[in-house]
Amino acid sequence: MTQELVNVTIDGVPVSVPKGTPIIEAAKQAGVLVPHYCYHPSLPAPAVCRMCLVEVEKAPKLMPACVTTVAEGQVVHCNSATAKKARESVLEFLLINHPLDCPICDQAGECELQDYVFQEGRASTRYADYAKRYNPVEDFGPDVLYVANRCILCTRCVRFMEDVADAAVLNVSERGDRAFIGIDPAQRLDHPWAGNVVDLCPVGSLISKDFLHKARAWDLDKSASVCPGCTQGCNIMIDTRDEVVVRLRPRANLEVNRHFMCDVGRMDYRWMNRGDRIEAPLVREAGSPRLLAVDWDRALARLAELVKGTTGKVVLLASGRSSLEALAWVRRLVAAQSITAAIKVPIGEAAVLPGVPNLALRRERVPNLDGAKLVGYTTEWQGALDATRSSALTILLDAALEEKEVKQLGGGPLVVLSTVHEDWYDSAKLVLPLTSMAEEHGTYINRDQRVQRFTQAKAAPGMARAAWWIAAEALALNGTRGTPSSAAEAFAALGAWIPSLGGLTYADLGLTGRIIEPTPAGSRE
Amino acid sequence: MTAGTAGVGAGEGGGVEAHHDAPHVPIFAGKVKERLDALFPKYPTKQACLLPALWMAQEARGWISPGALTEVAAVLGLTPAYVRGVVTFYTMYHTHPVGRHFIQVCTTSPCHLCGSDDVLTALLRETGCGELGATSADGRFTVIEVECLGACGFPTPILIGDDFIESVTPERISGILQGYK
Amino acid sequence: MGFPHPSHPKETPVLSKYFGDAAARSFRGWVERGGYEGLKKALGMTPEAVVEEMKASGLRGRGGAGFPTGLKWSFMPKDDGKPHYLVCNADESEPGTFKDREIMRWTPHALIEGCAVGCHAIGAECCYIYIRGEFTEPWHVMSAAVEEAYAHNALGENVFGSGKRIEVVLHRGAGAYICGEETALMNSLEGKRGNPRIKPPFPAQAGLFALPTTINNVETLAAVPHILTRGAAWYKGLCLGNPKSTGTKLISVCGHVMRPGNYEITLGTPMKELIFDMCGGMRPGRTLKAVIPGGSSVPLMTPEEVDQCATDYEGIVACGSMLGSGGMIVMDDSTDIVYEIYRLAKFYAHESCAQCTQCREGTAWTTKILARILSGQGKSSDLDLLLDLSENMTGKTICVLSDSCAAPIVSGIQKFRADFEAYLSRATAPVLALA
Repeated sequence: MTQELVNVTIDGVPVSVPKGTPIIEAAKQAGVLVPHYCYHPSLPAPAVCRMCLVEVEKAPKLMPACVTTVAEGQVVHCNSATAKKARESVLEFLLINHPLDCPICDQAGECELQDYVFQEGRASTRYADYAKRYNPVEDFGPDVLYVANRCILCTRCVRFMEDVADAAVLNVSERGDRAFIGIDPAQRLDHPWAGNVVDLCPVGSLISKDFLHKARAWDLDKSASVCPGCTQGCNIMIDTRDEVVVRLRPRANLEVNRHFMCDVGRMDYRWMNRGDRIEAPLVREAGSPRLLAVDWDRALARLAELVKGTTGKVVLLASGRSSLEALAWVRRLVAAQSITAAIKVPIGEAAVLPGVPNLALRRERVPNLDGAKLVGYTTEWQGALDATRSSALTILLDAALEEKEVKQLGGGPLVVLSTVHEDWYDSAKLVLPLTSMAEEHGTYINRDQRVQRFTQAKAAPGMARAAWWIAAEALALNGTRGTPSSAAEAFAALGAWIPSLGGLTYADLGLTGRIIEPTPAGSRE
Repeated sequence: MTAGTAGVGAGEGGGVEAHHDAPHVPIFAGKVKERLDALFPKYPTKQACLLPALWMAQEARGWISPGALTEVAAVLGLTPAYVRGVVTFYTMYHTHPVGRHFIQVCTTSPCHLCGSDDVLTALLRETGCGELGATSADGRFTVIEVECLGACGFPTPILIGDDFIESVTPERISGILQGYK
Repeated sequence: MGFPHPSHPKETPVLSKYFGDAAARSFRGWVERGGYEGLKKALGMTPEAVVEEMKASGLRGRGGAGFPTGLKWSFMPKDDGKPHYLVCNADESEPGTFKDREIMRWTPHALIEGCAVGCHAIGAECCYIYIRGEFTEPWHVMSAAVEEAYAHNALGENVFGSGKRIEVVLHRGAGAYICGEETALMNSLEGKRGNPRIKPPFPAQAGLFALPTTINNVETLAAVPHILTRGAAWYKGLCLGNPKSTGTKLISVCGHVMRPGNYEITLGTPMKELIFDMCGGMRPGRTLKAVIPGGSSVPLMTPEEVDQCATDYEGIVACGSMLGSGGMIVMDDSTDIVYEIYRLAKFYAHESCAQCTQCREGTAWTTKILARILSGQGKSSDLDLLLDLSENMTGKTICVLSDSCAAPIVSGIQKFRADFEAYLSRATAPVLALA
């Protein structure tokens, strides 16, 4: 089905866009960002901030670019003198009651009010003689503070809660210049997706308690990633300051999570900053009562030897947070043997976001359930634990075991690949330091069979390495050719034994992923 | 109930219980519930009955107390926050308790031209309210300024409760107030 | 008639003929005065023929915009299978305007009849009459009249045996000037904040409850039965030279005239005749200073402009203002123009719905500047600042409340600059203390 295209000229650039496109979106295609506040591509447009007024030839007055749709032959000027004066005046009106407290505002550096005023606002105020409006800071919910004095009444937060979350917890109260964003005393902003109002707020009015005064926006390094919280696979940014993860924020992917992520995913990042990490490979030498730190050459040789010498059953107990590359290469490492491979899938309560089709916090709280299944892991966790009693080799791939699960393990040889150290690992033959998903490149496959990349957000501690690297290096020692030297190569190689990934590369996936055909049963390896 | 009107008009059913916020007695029960139920078929949505329902709540409680607000929200399937946003938009819903007789004095330009300031001053003095928005010590009166009452040819119009009184002058005030105990 | 005063010979009483006549309020009284003949006639016509009749009469919207009523009705989709709505805007709250109140108080059945005709013309079975919350007496009169109309089959399942179903529902507002704006009114009726909506979609496409809707002012609908009874040609003939402005118009005159009231004029009547003859002119010893002719939202006129002005849509535009709702605020030489403009700005700041930035902030800011001028603290740059802010507030927002705040400020400074400068130079003593 072809969409009817409309030809328009925006700031001298001709573009063809589908009929019904608002000028503001058409302008993006012409390389013009029309300044705006209330408009957001994932919310209904109310056209109230009046910031996006543009000049449309033959129209009697300036038109709001967010709700005015393109028409054939339309000529739009986003930066004419009248449009600029209108914007300058909106900025002036927005600033008269604004506290200008940028030095103590978390939004500074990523504030659209600050940015546009800097870009085209007046150099000085004409409102110097009057007191500014004052309203106290309100505690809206578990993670959200409302700083009313900074509010520009764009109503994105109200519309998100009403139209997207379908939980009208916020309102516009009062009217005229007395208006503010209100909440009923009987209610809290504790919806599982409420944190998105902080991202949606274009100024520093709705702020995160978790991030409060933690870092300046311009000091942050941002890395594209995928939320490891559940099988939805929301696209996210991991923001770090000096190798410390300080917050997770949603990254736009219209097919997966639009512009949103849930609060469970958003708040679950502290594990990425854990200090109790394994920093060197640890080996139990014959007769030694304890593990000794060694270099990778010795550790890898020991691993290769162990795998090669194992003739019986191998049990793989893996974390559902492990990358596709990790799961696939570790499984390949022991492919010669009879294998029982499983991942642990914690189950929680689902929380849908009603306004976005197919978006929810899922019950299965692992990001790579479908990836794990694709490369030969089951979710029969208890069965795999039971199988360790008769296994010739058990490999733990970053799987945190509960105390009672440790007790169920058989007494056979144990190899641990892990990010953090546990006391009971002392019984293992080999303990190898792993990078966490925040410290490596990799892919997950979400519940819709979308293969999505995550990128390295921070440096790995000590000698920690990605699991695929460890497995591939050990395989090389045992004579396998074609050892990958990067995550990209490790991924590209998967197609050789997983047909549905055939030919796919990181470049193909981009940063929004690609949906693959599920592999027919029995065709693996 | 009349066949054609929404039946929540000024003054209907108000009065006796108006100043007792009695949360243990639900607003939307008995006659009031019947009035509300009779409204629903007149509109395609329940939400459209929000303003009428708020009028009923204010008649029953004298103001839109937090409890009344929650009851209105519940009976219409709305959230309290949504209802609060609407309540605070309209000036005639009281978001805090007011005197037994709520007096609104028009002071917009046409009336101002004809001396409404003097009427207002006299009202504040004679009711004992002293200042705008304050309730007199005996709980009888609250006086506020109101924007244009739409009777500019009859300056100065005032509203006492639901009684619309035209052509008020400072001289008439004490006589008028005697009718409101 | 110049209610509450006796009718003036220069008036053309059509709508106001029975103002003050309590007997006209009842169904029977209205029928005895020729009422409901228009509705009966309309029910015998096709909806299209009724619309054509309105077009031929030249009737224009009396609420303020002056849009041709027949044309507006013709925008309603035909045979679309959806419910249609008629909404009667009885939220009269434009300062200076008090005509709809009298129509509802004295001739409620004229309005009900007009609503019923309108429903028939646009294919609606339901008309909501949105009456501002402060209009307690009109509410009671209308309630009783609606009840009577149902009892006599002028409303209901089968209006006058025609097989047509026409319902009229009264809906009470709760104190918000902006609900007189048609899209804000529809939001209010739906149980929302009275925020004006973006157009398009226009009400005829998606109005009340997102269904095709026509919204008309009380005075417009009240004129409809008269036009049907007496014919479009008669109505069109009520004209003093300008064929675009026909019929009678109620002009609410208030302020400094001897006889304030509602005067029903044939459109085109000279404004000075209205003010100085019909209304009895200024109080003794006073002279005219300024007139706001169409409700507070329109520019001020000087006595010179008043002198040569014909009171109709185009005539007032030619003299620098607008007919608007027909609320005429007359100010004599005792008036402090600066204060009155400040008072109007304060009104708009109070009534701004808070949606659009320019309106929310601009109405409050201009009010503060005017207050400062009145307190004797004004700066020489304040007038230019007011003019620049007014320009920034004009033509940029969803509705025209912001423009309405700017109009008196701009025209006031342009036409009465000396009054402002007298405050700036301290020649006039301060009248406000700075808060």
